[in-house]
Amino acid sequence: MGRQLYEAIIDGILGGGVYALMAVGLTLIFGVLDIINIAQGILVVLAAYLSYVLSVHLHIDLFLGLLVTVPAMFLIGVAIQLLFMRPLRGRERVSMSLLASYAVAIILEGVLYAIFGPNTVQLNAWYVSKGVKVLGGAEPYYLPYIYLFGFGLAVILVAVIYYMLYRTKFGRSIRATMQDHTAARLIGIDINRVAALTFGIGVAVTAVGGMVFGSLNQFNANTGYDLISRLLAIIVLGGLGSIGGALVASVFMITVESVVDIWSPSYAVVVFYAALVLVLIIKPTGMFGKREARAQ
Amino acid sequence: MSAVIRWGRPAVLVAVLAFGAVFPLLFPNPLTTTYAIDTLIFVGWVVAWNMFSGYSGYISLGSAVFFGSGAYTVGLLALHHNLKGGITFALLPLGGLVGAAIAVPFGLVALRVRRHTFVVVTIAVFFIFQLLAYNLAFTGGNGGVSTPFATWDPSTFNNPYYYAAFIVAVGAITLSWLVRGSRFGLQLLAIRDDEDRARGLGVRTMRVKLTAFVMSAFVIGVVGGVWILFIGQALPESAYDPNYDLTVALMGFLGGFGTLLGPVLGGLILEPLQQQITQHFTNGYSGEIIFGSLFLLVILFLPRGLLPTGKEWLTKLQARQERRAQAAPSGGPAAPGTGAAAGDGDGTGPVAAAGTAERSGTPGAGGTR
Repeated sequence: MGRQLYEAIIDGILGGGVYALMAVGLTLIFGVLDIINIAQGILVVLAAYLSYVLSVHLHIDLFLGLLVTVPAMFLIGVAIQLLFMRPLRGRERVSMSLLASYAVAIILEGVLYAIFGPNTVQLNAWYVSKGVKVLGGAEPYYLPYIYLFGFGLAVILVAVIYYMLYRTKFGRSIRATMQDHTAARLIGIDINRVAALTFGIGVAVTAVGGMVFGSLNQFNANTGYDLISRLLAIIVLGGLGSIGGALVASVFMITVESVVDIWSPSYAVVVFYAALVLVLIIKPTGMFGKREARAQ
Repeated sequence: MSAVIRWGRPAVLVAVLAFGAVFPLLFPNPLTTTYAIDTLIFVGWVVAWNMFSGYSGYISLGSAVFFGSGAYTVGLLALHHNLKGGITFALLPLGGLVGAAIAVPFGLVALRVRRHTFVVVTIAVFFIFQLLAYNLAFTGGNGGVSTPFATWDPSTFNNPYYYAAFIVAVGAITLSWLVRGSRFGLQLLAIRDDEDRARGLGVRTMRVKLTAFVMSAFVIGVVGGVWILFIGQALPESAYDPNYDLTVALMGFLGGFGTLLGPVLGGLILEPLQQQITQHFTNGYSGEIIFGSLFLLVILFLPRGLLPTGKEWLTKLQARQERRAQAAPSGGPAAPGTGAAAGDGDGTGPVAAAGTAERSGTPGAGGTR
C-alpha cells in the first residue's frame, strides 16, 4: 500500500510537471488575450502526431524533433490568432473567441482522425522503454527515463517563460498588456503583435507537452477532449491568468488523480473535477486568481 | 395598413402553430416526422438554453447535464415501473424537476465565478455527470437505460412523440417570451449588459441568475425526457453528449444570441442540416470538419446571428428607400439610425476604450462582456 502511494505520488508530480507546461501556455493566452483556447488539447495531440511522424517516418529522435515541432506549433498558433481570433468584434467577443477556438478544435480533430484513423499510437524511443529503478524489493518499480527528461524539460521551459516574462522587454510588454490593454497601448505597446506572439508561445509549448504526453500515453484524435477538460480544470483551479497557479494546480491535481487511481480508476477523474468544484466554492477566483475586476 | 400591423403578427403566429399542429398529417412519412421530432427537441432545448445563457450572457456549455438527467429520470422510472405508451408522458415533469433540482447546487457554485470561468465550470460539471452516469450503480453503466416499447400503430407511431416535442417547444418559446417581456427578464438583460451596475441599481443578481438557470434547467430536463421516450435508449455518451452542448450554443449564435426567435430559427436550420450531414458522411470525421467550419464561418461572418443581421439589413433597405423618396423634394438627409450597430464597441479602438476603461477599471471593457 505504502509503495503504491509512493509510486502514485512520483507519477503525479512528474506527470503534473508536463501538464504544467501545457497549462502555462493556456493560462498565458488567457491572461493576455482574455481567450480560453479550447483548441489547446487537440493542439497537444497534433504536436504528438507531428513528433510521431518525424520519429516513425523520418527516424528523427523525439527530442531532436522538437527543433522542428516547436517552431511549427508556434506558427500554427500565430496563424490561429491572426485568422480566427483577431477578426472577432462586438459585445460577445470573449465568448465568441472561446467558441471559435472550440470550432478550430473540432476541425483539427476531424482532420487528424481523417489522416491517422481511430487507432491509438504511442511515441517510442529508448528512454521511453527503459527506466531507472526507483523502488527495489520483490517487484522493483522502474520509472521510465522519459518521465525524468520530460519533467526536466518542462521545468526548464517554464523557467524560460518566467525569465522571458519578468526579465525581458517583451515580457514586460506582455505583462503590461495583461494588466491593462488601454494603458499598454497608450505607452506605445503594439498590442496586436503581443497578442499574436503570446498565442504563438502559448501554443508552441504544446510541442514539448505533446511529445512527452505522447510517450507516456496512448493517444488518438479523441484524446484532445480528455486533455482539454483536465487543462481547463487546472487553470481554473490555479486562478485564470496566474502562471504560478497553473504550476501548483497541475502538480496538485495530477497527484490527487493518480493517488485516487489506486483505489478506484473510474472515480479518479470524478475526484479530479470534484476538487475543482470544492475549491471554487471556497474561493471563486481559484487558488491564485486575481481579484475579480469590475465588469470583467 | 394599420390592420396589417395590428393583425399581422397574430395571423402569422396562428398560421405557424396550425402548420405545426397538422405537420404529421401533411407529411406522414416516418422518416420526415423523425427529423421533425429531432428538430423540435433541439428547438425546445436551444430556446431554454437561450432563456438563461442568451439573456444573462453567461454561456453554459453544460446544459446536457439537465438534458441527460431528465432523460435518465424518465427512462429509469419508465423502466422500473414498466410504463409504456401515453402514460409515460406524465413522467416528463419529473424529468424537469430533477433537472431543476440539480441546477440549484450547480448554479450556486457556478454562478459565483466570472463569466469565463463559468464556461469552464459548466464543462467540468458536465464531465462529472457523464462519468457518474458511467459509474453509478443505478444508471446501468455503459449499457445505459432502455425504455419499454410502446405498442402503437407503426404507421402513426411517431405522432405522439411529435406532439409532445411540439408542445414542449411551443411551451419553451412561450416561457421565453414571457420572461423577456417581464421585469425579471429586464433584470437578466441588465445583468448581461453590466452586472455590477445592475447590482448597484438594486437587482439581486445572484437570485435572478439562479432563477433563470433553474427555469432553463427544468425545460431542458423535460426536453431530455421527450428525447429518451422517442429514442428509447439513453447511453452515458449519448444523453450526456458534449457535442450537443456545442450544437445548442451554435444554434443560439446562428439565429441570434439573446433574441427571442433567433434560437428557434437556428434550431430549425441547423438540426435538419446536421441530420443531412450525418446521413451523407458516415465516416464521422467529414461531418466533424464540415460542422466545425460552419461554426467558424458563423462566428466570423455572422457574429450577431441571422435574425439581428437580417433586421439590420431590412432597416438599411428601408432607410435607403425613404431617402430615395425624399431625395426628389429635399436634399438627402444623413443616413438615419443605421450606425448604431457599428458602434457596438469591440473595445479595441484606442480612444473609445480609454473612455470606458477609466470608468470600469478593466481593459477593453467596452466589448469584453
